[in-house]
Amino acid sequence: MTYLFTTADERREMLDTIGVESVDALFETVPAELRLDRPLDVPPALTEMELESLVTERAGRTKGVSSQTCFLGGGAYDHFVPAVVDEIAGRGEFYTAYTPYQAEASQGSLQVFFEFQSLICELTGMEVANASLYEGGTAVSEAVFLAVRATRRHGKIVLLGSVHPEYRQVVDAYAGHLETEIVTVDCPDGVADPEAVRAVVDDTTACVVVQHPNFLGCLEDVESICQIARDAGAVSIVSVDPISLGVLRRPGDYGADVVVAEGQPLGVPLQYGGPYLGLMACRTEFMRKMPGRLIGETVDREGRHCYVLNLQAREQHIRRDKATSNICTNQGLIALRATVYLTSLGPHGIREAAELCTRKAHYAADKLGAVDGLSVAYDKPFFKEFTVRSERPVGEVVAAARAAGFGIGPELAPLGGPENTFLVAVTEKRTKDEIDRLATALA
Amino acid sequence: MSVPPATITADSVTRIDAVEPSVPPERTPSMRNPVATQSIFDLAVPGRRSMLFPPSDVPDSPLDELLPADQLAGSPPALPEVAEPDIVRHFVNLSTLNMSVDTHFYPLGSCTMKYNPKRHERLAKLPGLVDVHPYQTPEDSQGLLSVLYEMQEMLGEIAGLPAVSLQPAAGAQGEFTALLVAAAYFRDRGENRTKVLFPSSAHGTNPASAALAGFETVQLGASADGLVDLDELASHLDDQTAVFMITNPNTLGLFEKDVARISQLLHDVGGLVYIDGANMNAVLGITRPGDFGGDMMHYNVHKTFTGPHGGGGPGSGPIAVRDFLGDYLPGPVITRNGDTFELATPPKSVGRMRTFFGNVGILLRGYFYLRTLGPDGLKAVSENAVLNANYLRVLLNDVLPVKHGDLCMHEFVSSAAPVKKERGVTAMDVAKRLLDHGFHAPTVYFPLVVPEAMMMEPTETESKATLDAFAAAIRSILEEDPEVLHTAPHGTPVSRPDEVAAARKPSLRFCRPDR
Repeated sequence: MTYLFTTADERREMLDTIGVESVDALFETVPAELRLDRPLDVPPALTEMELESLVTERAGRTKGVSSQTCFLGGGAYDHFVPAVVDEIAGRGEFYTAYTPYQAEASQGSLQVFFEFQSLICELTGMEVANASLYEGGTAVSEAVFLAVRATRRHGKIVLLGSVHPEYRQVVDAYAGHLETEIVTVDCPDGVADPEAVRAVVDDTTACVVVQHPNFLGCLEDVESICQIARDAGAVSIVSVDPISLGVLRRPGDYGADVVVAEGQPLGVPLQYGGPYLGLMACRTEFMRKMPGRLIGETVDREGRHCYVLNLQAREQHIRRDKATSNICTNQGLIALRATVYLTSLGPHGIREAAELCTRKAHYAADKLGAVDGLSVAYDKPFFKEFTVRSERPVGEVVAAARAAGFGIGPELAPLGGPENTFLVAVTEKRTKDEIDRLATALA
Repeated sequence: MSVPPATITADSVTRIDAVEPSVPPERTPSMRNPVATQSIFDLAVPGRRSMLFPPSDVPDSPLDELLPADQLAGSPPALPEVAEPDIVRHFVNLSTLNMSVDTHFYPLGSCTMKYNPKRHERLAKLPGLVDVHPYQTPEDSQGLLSVLYEMQEMLGEIAGLPAVSLQPAAGAQGEFTALLVAAAYFRDRGENRTKVLFPSSAHGTNPASAALAGFETVQLGASADGLVDLDELASHLDDQTAVFMITNPNTLGLFEKDVARISQLLHDVGGLVYIDGANMNAVLGITRPGDFGGDMMHYNVHKTFTGPHGGGGPGSGPIAVRDFLGDYLPGPVITRNGDTFELATPPKSVGRMRTFFGNVGILLRGYFYLRTLGPDGLKAVSENAVLNANYLRVLLNDVLPVKHGDLCMHEFVSSAAPVKKERGVTAMDVAKRLLDHGFHAPTVYFPLVVPEAMMMEPTETESKATLDAFAAAIRSILEEDPEVLHTAPHGTPVSRPDEVAAARKPSLRFCRPDR
């Protein structure tokens, strides 16, 4: 039987050693009336060859970005992943290990996560980064809880309406049972008006959550919004696109308190939404309030430099119901991918990737904006993604793109966004020719 | 999985917390570890490149004409500048500093460190699976959705709980999600239930998830036989009781034989029973949480269905619940309409627990595993996991006795207390010395109800020969000079890191010597 190789003779020997007659006798503590008296109703076993045929057929009935040119955005992007990322993440020594509780047997993973934390600090300009959270939406929620703990304010959580609608839904699910009111600031012009933010932030506000670039693709006046939070004694939480930090100012430079991000753009395949990578970085004053694993440097018994899980007193396995989060298993292998990705790009590579995204997205906005019946929805600065307004039903536009071999969107109305609009994202992978052909297909 | 660390306890931690940060330890040459590789930052040389991008093929407008000058960074982030061969050698060398299932026996209790099939890695990378955008239209995703739909169905059948959400990202998020489902259900019924109960042997995530979901947490005491004390449980139950969280088999590796009675007690007061599915590897096809009285459960796909573990994730923590709770599950779930698969949000959904669908990459690997094994294979997994655990238990019982139960399920908890009393050798000493013998250590000091606990879970994918060798190693370790054990391990790149010093002056990032 697949993956089982104890022979009948060995089994007999083992049972004799144990002192029981049969394997069934080992289950005597499971009361007979609770036993399943039939085989599980799941499909019969397949060999590797049969499984590969079946899975290949199913995969063939799904259009990935290798069979459809991807201008889809909305928080997950078709960036190029260097082969070195897959090769390193494919090392069994990394992907078949677990959480590095035994430091002596885990210096490889521990050093990777320490380097990951260091890279995320460099990328964001923040002082401390953790070793990963699940993904972007839960990272926002964990940051909100951090802010409530840090400020001890239970009055308001302020979220800009331009934050990814699914992130806001996750915050609703996570924090909906709290007494704290969740206030959403409308962004009718594609970005928040800082004065509208100032109007709702007060001395009961735990945090202000801003996404930059925001869900609609636009750049916010993020420095002013961080300042408004600071003036009120609230925590500013900025959700960023990590690739954008190749050209945009780093959050640490404009006074953000906590930075979170969906780390998928950093070398992580799309795989229909996960596993992705939650990033969190903050200023030192919040270090002991952080959720998740933190890897630290120390010395061993003989004074040798090494790495350990640090500040575990925050975590559920020590602090149980008083822990800073319930998170245990996080995204170790995906953090490794991001580490190799960022190392592979280096400072000049991430700068080039971000510049290519910027230039190609602006070229695409010009081309699509010139198509009869389409227009760029907001006259605001943007990075690699922008909102398009359509005079035709968006479904028709998406279908026309699809027929020509392009994926665009998502449509915003089903996600709670404005009617007759959709997103277009342009990564460094897209070519002028693809953009031109998309514009032609939509004309 | 929740394993207490080597040297930090809740008591010592309070004192550490009082000390303020944060000067990094000085990085002097004498501190360098000659065995470890350098930091990737140490390898950097200005001007060195790895990834190159093609030149832009669109008009080369100056950046400050496209983006506002006050939003632009003056210089790019200070990432290390290295060449691709540097990267490969660095990370491959680091990988060799790990113990892993591919290289070592890894009997880490409660973590189910079973073999991770290589076919999963190849299949999960097929175009049409690995490269599907989450906002791709359902009509272009039918093949993938059919797989995920079957996964829902199979998980419902194995649980005996038919309504399934694949959304939670890991076991702890599954717990939290299910508790929100319970809260929504009670709210819908106009009931204000505030308490979540769990035994003292529960994983730390149980109380942490309950607190996160806004419940008051009630921890039961430990009973002499290692099982839930029904009288004590009954004394806590009332119309404020929302959920009892129980791991079955429990963290001592014992089946809670009274679980049906426990469930009855909860249901009698209107409460629900949550099954922490961390230990499902013991009971696949033997018994089902829904059949033994559970109302809700989570799976750890990275454990039971060989995820893999990834050095600490990603996991996947789908939940299965009874029909009457199905309307409260987070969305989207996959529904079938003839031959078409659609995404739907249940009518009274607790909402969304994460962005996008779920940890699909891990769910796919679980699907490949279930399809490979089939009904007989799944049952054989549990039979062999329990056989291996009992065999190892018997091989060690005279030197590291198991206090609770005559038989175990898929894991057992030995105690080094007698050895400590006789020779001053602790569970930690034995665990560390095992590393020198080429074995990963068991989980130690958990659960807390066993002094000097060593929690061992061999899994079904280890041979008798490996178990024999592991037992022989422990027996020889126990005959060694205790001094050798106190200072073990001796053959690993480092030995007994100073965790207290690490926590007192946290250094959590690379600091350049010139800063």
